[in-house]
Amino acid sequence: MGEVLEVNGPIVTVLLPGVVNGEEVKLGELGLIGEVIAREHDNAIVQAYESTEGLRPGEAAAALGHPLSVELGPGLLGQIFDGIQRPLHSIQQQSGDYIPRGLYLPSLDRERKWAFTPATTIKIGQRLEGGEILGLVMETDSIEHRILVPADTSGELLELAPAGDYVVEDVIARVRDTSGKIHKLKLYHRWPVRTARPYQYRDHAVIPLLTGQRILDTFFPLLKGGKGAVPGPFGAGKTVVQQQIARWADADIVIYIGCGERGNELVDILESFPELSDPRSGRSLMERTLLVANTSNMPVVAREASIYVGITMAEYYRDQGYDVVVVADSTSRWAEALREVSGRLNEMPVEEGYPAYLASRLASYYERAGRVKTNAGISGSVTLIGAVSPPGGDFSEPVTSHTKNIVETFWALSKPLADARHYPAVDWTDSFSGYAGIAQQWWAEHVDPLWEDYRRKALALLAQADELSRIVNLVGPEALSQNQRWALEAANFLKEGVLQQSALDPVDSYCSPDKQFALLKLMIDLYTSGIELLDIGVPVQELLRQPILARARRLKGIDLEKEPEAYAIFSDELQALKLSMKSEYAINQEISE
Amino acid sequence: MSDKEYRQNTSARGGLLFMRSAPDIALGERVQVRDHQGRQRNGQVIRTAKDTVLVQVFEGTDGLDLERTWVRFLGEPFEITLSPAILGRVFNGIGEPRDDRPPLVSRIMRNVNGSSVNPAARAYPREFIQTGISAIDGLNSLVRGQKLPIFSGPGLPHNRLAAQIVRQAKLPGEESQFAIVFAAMGVSYSDARFFQESLESSGVLSNVTMYINLADDPAIERLILPRTALTTAEYLAYDLDMHVLVVMTDMTQYAGALREVATAKGDVPSRKGYPGYLYSDLAEIYERAGRIKARHGSITLVPVVSMPSDDITHPIPDLTGYITEGQIVLGRELHNLGLYPPIFIPPSLSRLMKDGIGKGYTREDHARVASQIYASYARALEIRNLASIIGAEELAENDRQYLAFAEAFEHNFVSQGEDDERTIEDTLNIAWDILSLLPAHELSRVSEEDLARYHHHEFPHVEAS
Repeated sequence: MGEVLEVNGPIVTVLLPGVVNGEEVKLGELGLIGEVIAREHDNAIVQAYESTEGLRPGEAAAALGHPLSVELGPGLLGQIFDGIQRPLHSIQQQSGDYIPRGLYLPSLDRERKWAFTPATTIKIGQRLEGGEILGLVMETDSIEHRILVPADTSGELLELAPAGDYVVEDVIARVRDTSGKIHKLKLYHRWPVRTARPYQYRDHAVIPLLTGQRILDTFFPLLKGGKGAVPGPFGAGKTVVQQQIARWADADIVIYIGCGERGNELVDILESFPELSDPRSGRSLMERTLLVANTSNMPVVAREASIYVGITMAEYYRDQGYDVVVVADSTSRWAEALREVSGRLNEMPVEEGYPAYLASRLASYYERAGRVKTNAGISGSVTLIGAVSPPGGDFSEPVTSHTKNIVETFWALSKPLADARHYPAVDWTDSFSGYAGIAQQWWAEHVDPLWEDYRRKALALLAQADELSRIVNLVGPEALSQNQRWALEAANFLKEGVLQQSALDPVDSYCSPDKQFALLKLMIDLYTSGIELLDIGVPVQELLRQPILARARRLKGIDLEKEPEAYAIFSDELQALKLSMKSEYAINQEISE
Repeated sequence: MSDKEYRQNTSARGGLLFMRSAPDIALGERVQVRDHQGRQRNGQVIRTAKDTVLVQVFEGTDGLDLERTWVRFLGEPFEITLSPAILGRVFNGIGEPRDDRPPLVSRIMRNVNGSSVNPAARAYPREFIQTGISAIDGLNSLVRGQKLPIFSGPGLPHNRLAAQIVRQAKLPGEESQFAIVFAAMGVSYSDARFFQESLESSGVLSNVTMYINLADDPAIERLILPRTALTTAEYLAYDLDMHVLVVMTDMTQYAGALREVATAKGDVPSRKGYPGYLYSDLAEIYERAGRIKARHGSITLVPVVSMPSDDITHPIPDLTGYITEGQIVLGRELHNLGLYPPIFIPPSLSRLMKDGIGKGYTREDHARVASQIYASYARALEIRNLASIIGAEELAENDRQYLAFAEAFEHNFVSQGEDDERTIEDTLNIAWDILSLLPAHELSRVSEEDLARYHHHEFPHVEAS
């Protein structure tokens, strides 16, 4: 039994000989949960996951004998947990609107019965390794939950329960390890959050994660098992981008970690996702979604833990062979929590008060993303998308710059674009994707071999237009040639017709890969047709007057399911217009000659 | 414990009192400090160890004589007394009357720090509040339970705007119980007076509770004042089922006090000397706004944040913007043109607007009109910029239409009188009057149906100005 010595905000010094770093600790009469972050002689420095108000020196403290860990088993999906995996729905039912301190309910429902089907491939007497599949439970109508042997357990299977209804605490298998010890396996097991779950080997990520967002999928693709970041100043639309990903990404499971962000954003997901359906399975989106919430008014230290809690659950579903997307909103708040604790420990700050280990912690966190061959011999992936909230929108600040070095896909959000209501405000010059080369193979195979060609033309046109706008801002539009003015206009319809995409528009909120390419192709074809006409002497003013330009901007809003021919019709009209203008100008030229 | 006084003070500076050999004291415990003249001060324990205690004194530590200062630990957290009689009253930051009336008597006591609302218990705010101000209602709609700050600068009329919102805010077509909590931190006497008179003249003073800390009152009291005010708001909203509008001014003064104490405590500074926990501290305050499913009332929060040197990237507006659900930004250029309210549209935003407007709430074209105005105005500002370089006469006809649009938008839509209360219908109609200065084919954000229905379709020829 230990004793509280000092309370300094969330940092509590406890006389507790024999505890180890990382061990969970209970503090005081309320039984607040904390984690040992440092040892000094017989004292332990503990970070408390709950408010320490009212805690006084002299109160008791006890070590719990295990590190901070989470429960992994059926019943996670559709839930909302706090930063240390307490089930918020159950807490609400038990104690109302506010989160009381010292209340620990099991993360998984202990009463609920699950229909378990043992795996047919394994036999009694067979040797089982950690991570192998014992059997199945239908967790939701669309997700089959594969019950795994805990990753740190292996041995000879002595007994496997027959098909039937079980609660998570029921023993469904017994395994004897090489030392003769018998392990009782249940429908769930626990795993420490700061330890990455093991797998056989890491595989290459090869398939793009399709989000239905044109600027992301077509211009700056991310892969299943990849690492991405969304940095942006406030008001640049980070939240909407992330919610769109959570909504539309073609992943099996989505884990959304609200780390130090607004409570209402999570409520928005909680209220809207059950109403929305997964475009692939047709089932409610909430059935594949899991939320971890440490909103900005919840205890800071639990914020630090929340992203680990989220990714551990993601790895667990990966080990079942699923493609999981983790959205961590926002890693800056996590870094700030780290800074707050570091400051209270009087550690030497390096940049902007952040501790020296910020970069290595960030890197090792992102490293938990990846596509792997699991211990069960199947493929699974964790895609990690971290939001970054740079102070003052300054991308050179520590968290953004470290993140930029780590991730492969960087979706930089821009305040000027957002101010002009160009959403998603992903800046095409600051963003990058190291995965475009790999994604290209997929697009060439599944959508169109010319994908990379058109993508590159579009990016070149955007870059050219940025350059031209700078000239216009200096000397006015008169200084531009006919072709340059057309390029400027083309960049505008490319921005409005392709890059901009309204999350609120029922048709345009999601854009299929085929439609993405079709739209891109039409815009670029429109541009090149214009260039052809300019080359035979059509004045640019004539081109700018064509009503087809306004129509091009609206093409994205057309529901191709209702009007499947719409794009073909547009393309035909474009050809017809081109021909008629060509012949008209050919005649004019003859006359003038 | 409450009858025992201690005197082992080792240092007093910057509003903090360090004490030796006090008994085991709880973090956050309320403290009474008696100085050598017998005057009472109030404090709270902010760090505690076996042999030392650190007390934050709300009235400051000026004039304390270490040898002749006695400290009494009250054995309870910092709580305020609440009752329905709190409406119509004026208090200081720690809940002591400032209006020469007796203190409240009630058995309802609440900890000013509140506790975290369970996100699963929250309800998403979606009821449109009509403020009667076009730039807000039309383009940055406020909804019940939202936290929407006003970003302002020295000399800009943020107080007049806040007062106008307080006077005019209503849910169209609904009479309901409403209350206003006004929290003033470090404001001048004349600003506090302005609010009081403005509320008085509109006859709502009996629905208002004021917490006032003037510029010459102790700075440390500002740390607890917003918490006291929000505890009152929570009581009014969730116990008495009222819709509460909380106006806080000025959060920059609050953060200044926080920095003062943090420095005295020796906390590691991060940006501009503010402590690393500024974000979580501000969030503790702002996140108390909202709605709860099982309760009838709501807390809508309008904090005023003055941007030092009009710098929106300064830590206070910056961190505020990351927590709140949007921001109303006042612009000095518009103010210098004599326009009121000088709301600068491009950086202004309401994040909760999308769910509180449209059919059933305001009008079906509302979202598209707002988006169109934003896009067209952004374009117009670019053109205005260009015109300032090459001259307006060099612009194409089409570009001149944009200039006319921007002028009309600023003068007829954004600008309105301080007593001018526009319905949302009026606001949207003015928006279409202005959008109609642009040809229909320039308006790609509204639908074809909108154009057919609302666009005037007469294109006035615009002279170069």
